[in-house]
Amino acid sequence: MNAATFAIIVASATPLIFAAIGETITEKAGVVNLSLDGSMLLSAMTGFAIAYTTGSVELGLLAGMATSGFVAFVVAFGGIRLRVNQIAVGLILTYFATKLSALLGGEFVRKPGPSVQKMSLPVLEDIPFFGEILFQQNPLVYFSFLLVIASFWWIFHTRRGLDLQAIGERPEAAFARGIPVNTLRYFYTVLGGAFVGLGGAAFSLDAKMGWSEGHIANYGWIALAIVIFGGWHPLRVAFGCYLFGAIQIVALKMQPTLPDLAQVLPIAPFPLMILTLVFLNMRVVQSFTMRFKGIGRLIRGTAPSALGESFWPD
Amino acid sequence: MSLELRAITKRFGSVVANDTISLSVGSGEIHGLLGENGAGKSTLVKILSGFITRDQGEIELDGTKLHLLSPNEAVANGIGILHQEPLVFLPFSVVDNFLIGSPKEYGYAEAYEALSTISEQFGFDLNPDVSASNLSIGERQQLEIARLLWLGARVLILDEPTTAISSTQREKLFATIRDLADDGMSVIFVSHKLEEVQELCDRVTILREGKISASVDLPSPVEYLVSKMFGTGVLPKTRIARVNGSSLLELANASAFEQPGQIIDVNLSVSRGQIIGLAGLEGAGQRTLLRAMAGFVPFAEGSFRLQSAEISELDYLDRLGLGFYYLPADRQREGLVNGLSITEHVALSVTDQSKVINWNIARSEAAKRIEKFSIKGTVESTPESLSGGNQQRLLLALMPETPLLLLMEHPTRGLDIESAAWVWSYLLTLSESGTSIIFSSSDLEELTTYSDQIAVCFSGRIIDQFDASEATVEELGLLIGGVHQR
Amino acid sequence: MNSLQQTKYFAGAITISLVVSIFFLWLLEAPLVDTAKLLVEGAFGTNQRIGDTFMIWVPLLLASASLVVTFSAGLWNIGVEGQIVAGAVAASFVAREVQGSTTVILTLMVIGGFVGGALWGLLVGVLRVRGGVNEIFGGIGLNFVATGLIVYLVIGPWSRDGVASTGGTEPFGPQAWFPTIDGLRVSPLALIIAFVSLASVMFLLSKTHFGLRLRATGKNPLAANRFGIATSRYLLMAFIIGGGVAGLAGVTQAGAVYHRLVPSISGGYGFLAILIVLLARFRGLWVIPIALFFATIAMASFQWQLRLGLHSALGGVIQGVLVLSVVLVMGYQEVRQQREQSNSRDDAAL
Repeated sequence: MNAATFAIIVASATPLIFAAIGETITEKAGVVNLSLDGSMLLSAMTGFAIAYTTGSVELGLLAGMATSGFVAFVVAFGGIRLRVNQIAVGLILTYFATKLSALLGGEFVRKPGPSVQKMSLPVLEDIPFFGEILFQQNPLVYFSFLLVIASFWWIFHTRRGLDLQAIGERPEAAFARGIPVNTLRYFYTVLGGAFVGLGGAAFSLDAKMGWSEGHIANYGWIALAIVIFGGWHPLRVAFGCYLFGAIQIVALKMQPTLPDLAQVLPIAPFPLMILTLVFLNMRVVQSFTMRFKGIGRLIRGTAPSALGESFWPD
Repeated sequence: MSLELRAITKRFGSVVANDTISLSVGSGEIHGLLGENGAGKSTLVKILSGFITRDQGEIELDGTKLHLLSPNEAVANGIGILHQEPLVFLPFSVVDNFLIGSPKEYGYAEAYEALSTISEQFGFDLNPDVSASNLSIGERQQLEIARLLWLGARVLILDEPTTAISSTQREKLFATIRDLADDGMSVIFVSHKLEEVQELCDRVTILREGKISASVDLPSPVEYLVSKMFGTGVLPKTRIARVNGSSLLELANASAFEQPGQIIDVNLSVSRGQIIGLAGLEGAGQRTLLRAMAGFVPFAEGSFRLQSAEISELDYLDRLGLGFYYLPADRQREGLVNGLSITEHVALSVTDQSKVINWNIARSEAAKRIEKFSIKGTVESTPESLSGGNQQRLLLALMPETPLLLLMEHPTRGLDIESAAWVWSYLLTLSESGTSIIFSSSDLEELTTYSDQIAVCFSGRIIDQFDASEATVEELGLLIGGVHQR
Repeated sequence: MNSLQQTKYFAGAITISLVVSIFFLWLLEAPLVDTAKLLVEGAFGTNQRIGDTFMIWVPLLLASASLVVTFSAGLWNIGVEGQIVAGAVAASFVAREVQGSTTVILTLMVIGGFVGGALWGLLVGVLRVRGGVNEIFGGIGLNFVATGLIVYLVIGPWSRDGVASTGGTEPFGPQAWFPTIDGLRVSPLALIIAFVSLASVMFLLSKTHFGLRLRATGKNPLAANRFGIATSRYLLMAFIIGGGVAGLAGVTQAGAVYHRLVPSISGGYGFLAILIVLLARFRGLWVIPIALFFATIAMASFQWQLRLGLHSALGGVIQGVLVLSVVLVMGYQEVRQQREQSNSRDDAAL
């Protein structure tokens, strides 16, 4: 495996990073947005459609962000204001958004469209081995690096990040301390949704160019799974995304020589993730990690206690 | 700061939880709010903390009228509440807990410094980097108090703070409160513990059944305070002389721990048909004792024998089979299933295991029980639609006909007079047919009237055990508060 | 009083979805009248079509029944898709390996399919009860594994001679075909299986002690425990039964519709059933007409595409709009109802 292969892995995992980190933020706030698979498709479609009609990739990306941001808003609204189970709303929206993307995207199928241009970073790109992998990519990839680091820093090392964790852990206590729980939940849900949309648009405008039905099917579920596997920790989530990307690329390379295995390998991440979780959930492991703050938090990966439960002050 | 409440009234449906409550607390004053459970103290605290809004009345802080529509407003105005169970975020560190919800200008540097300054000033021993889940309840209180001070609280309301802390921690807490009052803090000390209020407070307002029963300076004669707290008897005063059957259960050197609550080295003997009342403050161990005997909490030490058989290893399901039955205080959360009708509850409690349910039979059985237990509801009613009294009747109705041992938490809490009397007449009939009953209660009259034996719990131990006929309500009150007299 | 309000809101939701659907039709420049006509014609216009509609109805009924069971235990069985696949695989195994009369083979296929789906569901259950893995995550994961399994089988050990394609396995021998009515593609046996399963599930939940205990577990595990219910065991049982019933959908798909194993054997019916069940508010009786309606739309979709050139996803969009409107509007209605109720309740928050 040479640097070029790693570079491909990084590039192909980027949309997934956006989606998974976005959902991590949302879930840290206590809201579960299960509409990812549908809203990513819808964003991929709208992103491509807008980029195609306006010729501007940037507008396309923004359109994608707006699309999933809106879907996320519906989830939050349905859960908080209408008191419908968040999971139910998310599942319905998945189906709806998937079908909608196919319906409205018909005229854009297999049309060639603009894509994100590569932009190597001067000086950094000349670093042996890592330069090619990390710094000869396109702006989206660089932004994904920033997002991972920024979200990690925000959540675990800032005041507001602490408040974010608080509303996902124990909203009643946060409310008693004067934190506007639901306002923040709306905010973080839409923000997370916008990043999910960026991921969707990043697919059709970069990683897997163009648009066709079921273009990026299942990536939303994969992002959701990686959030859980990643223990709601941005660094671990990013690791999960790259790991997944690596497995995909390996499968691709195996295709000519071991076609049967290559077909099946993309599925392998799931049992792997499940087994990892079962292992990490074991009490022995959990109590062991209590001793170390940072690393312990990385390994423990417990769900925000109030995840999926909407909060009502009265 | 001076806090003044005028004619505060709050209703829930037809129940008046707070009826024209007025009181005032001056700067540097420690004002006690005394009353039994259900007297209306917690409603008043919720109003002052902004969790619920009053129906009528005014609140003034240093002359400024407050609306108090949200906790935000309370916090912003310098009203700090120390909840009975400190609202702490368990997975986070002490310093993180300090910071959550504080104004954005404050960062870790300020937090560390404030924490160490305040800790030193009041003699707290708080390690900022330790996870809050490792702190005892007393330490979590210290954390909350430190936080409230840091954020500039000028009125401090402590809601039953000594419930689950050790006596050393209590000493420290009281010293802290006195220091704070000396610095000008207005303090409201909410409690049902007479002795402590007497020890700490300058003045006391006593609540009973939602109204102010008295408002006096302290110290004051204990008998007077007790009479204002408990009033004249609500339940029949005459005790029936009863004969108990043979020895049934022996609990020896039993210890058990749950979060929160514990029992340490407890010895208890139960005879057939005997009624034992567990007296004590909230968190003194009664609940843990009952739950351990039921099988929900494992015994860390000691033995539990049914006649001569050791049953401490059996779990709840097994003990159910032996004829044990447990009635929780939290009827809706632990006892009944919201969404299922009375008929369905009855069907659930039936143990003849035919696979198919004959709903006609279930319905008529439910109707019979509704009749027998005078439940105000229909066979289709769900627990949410029943009042507390009727929920309790339902819980009793779901019991097997004559259980061997009935473990009850607070049998008449929240019940009106009529329901309470009815419940006890039923329980007495049960005990006459051989059911042993162990119940916990904070109603001293109830304990002295209906128990054969009273066991007083304090900090996880049984500090005294005696025949109920030997104690008066007043003596019992003192014992509960930790004042040893007998 | 409440029912009247509920009906009004429900009608309002239907109206909203109608309006939105018409909006989409307008967007696609679809002729309204013809579209409406084809809705009925597409599903019931010819005998063939009626048969096909029923054959879509069948897996929808079965998957819905599965979800009704698991949901009454308080579980989100998103893994239903994988359970359908597992059932299909098991049934296909029987169809390929077992020799004998049609009766024998079909019986064994049904049993095998139920067991296959049940085991797959049990796997999700064990992961949750013993491994602490959330059942949504486990379900999705196992869905993917099931897909992988079926792809592997179809292009590997069970592939057609010389042709390793994802087109499907060799068709089953004639004894393994569900008998159909002359000329039509509808299998009465499949319909019977579907209705019997749904009826059994409804009977189980509403008329047996087991079902009552399951429902108690779903509503309040703490209190259920106090009633002497071993909640963990009941959760696992819910997965077994739910998985088994879903597996039966796989059996009918393999044995009565495709007559072989194809990778897309579940047809997304598992997921669609989630919508059906949410729309039906988890009431078994409502599932029947709603599932039929969804099957109708699915059939109409083909005609809309064929005859009017409309995109095949139109049907899905309409289904989505309908469920979303109803769920959101009814949610709002419940909020209002709760508010009125709590204002008049006779109790104190102690």
